[in-house]
Amino acid sequence: MKGLVEAFGRQIIEASASVGRFVFLMRSTAAWMLRSRIEWRQVLIQMSRIGVDSLPVTTMTTFFTGMVLALQTGASSKHFFNEPLFVGTVVSFAMVMELAPVMTALVVSGRAGAAIAAELGTMKVTEQIDALYTLGTDPIRYLVIPRVLAFLMVLPLLTIVSDFSGTFGGWVVASFKLQIPTSVYTSDIFDNMEIRHFMHGFLKTFVFAILISFICCFKGITTKGGAEGVGKSTTAAVVISMASVLVMDYFVTALLSAVGIT
Amino acid sequence: MIEARGVKKSYPGRPVLRGVDLHVEEGETLAIIGGSGCGKSTFLKCVIGLVRPDEGTIVVDGMDITRLHSETDIAHYRRRFGYLFQEAALFDSLSVWENVTFGLRYLTDIPVAHYRGVAKDKLALVGLKDVEDLRPSELSGGMKKRVALARAIAAEPLYILYDEPTTGLDPIMSDVINDLILDLQKALKTTAIVVTHDMKSAYKVASRIAMIHDGRVLAAESPEAIQKTDNPYVHQFVEGLSQGPIRMKLKEFEPETAAEARG
Repeated sequence: MKGLVEAFGRQIIEASASVGRFVFLMRSTAAWMLRSRIEWRQVLIQMSRIGVDSLPVTTMTTFFTGMVLALQTGASSKHFFNEPLFVGTVVSFAMVMELAPVMTALVVSGRAGAAIAAELGTMKVTEQIDALYTLGTDPIRYLVIPRVLAFLMVLPLLTIVSDFSGTFGGWVVASFKLQIPTSVYTSDIFDNMEIRHFMHGFLKTFVFAILISFICCFKGITTKGGAEGVGKSTTAAVVISMASVLVMDYFVTALLSAVGIT
Repeated sequence: MIEARGVKKSYPGRPVLRGVDLHVEEGETLAIIGGSGCGKSTFLKCVIGLVRPDEGTIVVDGMDITRLHSETDIAHYRRRFGYLFQEAALFDSLSVWENVTFGLRYLTDIPVAHYRGVAKDKLALVGLKDVEDLRPSELSGGMKKRVALARAIAAEPLYILYDEPTTGLDPIMSDVINDLILDLQKALKTTAIVVTHDMKSAYKVASRIAMIHDGRVLAAESPEAIQKTDNPYVHQFVEGLSQGPIRMKLKEFEPETAAEARG
């Protein structure tokens, strides 16, 4: 029993220490951003890796999500009203306010977040992070800041593309499967959609970008224990960042609704 | 000059340095020898400020690294050092010349346009030519060490710290690296600490050899004096003997027959 309590206590202490180190990383990143020159070349490299390389998979994922959403909405609507009503409204609202930001964040954290944790983890266990210190710079300045900035710039853009691809996927099903005229589908969207609906989804992406980039960088630069440690860090980075996106999505939605952006 | 006094460092449940006193004179090459896990690499990392000692002082040119706390002060302190990592620690994502000149942006005022030329010169100093555009993954172990050495000397440091420079290399390449260290000492007139367990390397490059055992300095003398030492620990280590006061287990478990024989 005593051993169990000790083990539980140790877990709590380790978890608290990790949270403390994570907050310290965020604080140091903010401090470095204010006082040092930004490594724009690294930011551009990371924007290409996180954004351009993720674009095909996020577009495809949200395109099919839009398709399935139109199919389900059309089927339900037909069941109750005998014809597919408001398919464009349901698809576009669901995509723009919720599905595009969340699905894009999940796909990017699985793809680019894992790559970041694995790369920084490997750099840690092969002493490349120590080498940065000896060469006059700092891993936060050279590695973390460019990745955080790249995420902040690229995730909102990817989400906008996802908004369109999801809505386009819905149109494909609405037109060719449900026989809804394009004019009806588009008027379903534009008669109801306002800028605040778009902003609701768009603003969420900045929170997701901060979460994913910091979690993956943190897990990477705190890797311990060789190749096995890199594997563990990468898995933890993906699991924690995905879970955090889903949990924070609720709170950000509640906050945005409370301030009227909904 | 580097002056370390009473340096102690522990990792959770494991003391590594138990009070190291060492000094390195200007222009001197001090080799630190000792078995695996004795704390010699930890000491080197304490000197450059990658590891913070629990107790003691390390003063370099009047600056005590144990009293520096701001990142700016520590970065200013580190400017005087070049560091050769055990596994080279080259940046995989950069080419050879980008690796060599990586620190110049942060440590010097050399214009970016001159970087490629500087890389060529430093690579020539370590005996490499026409490798500027290769990636670290395309290099052999010996070439990686040379490139890492070129990177360590690129910003013309006052002190060079070598962490096991010959580990993992064949005997001929090890000797080539030893020759390079000697050539660089002559050419650059730097002060150096070489951490190694390769006695051949220590005898060749060092002007003085210090042995760390169990977190303490047992002896710090000239290579000739170390070879003739009366200290049984130092004698056992430099001669590479399995029998002696330094207990190394042949097996990590005790054979049952031996335990039974002792009753």
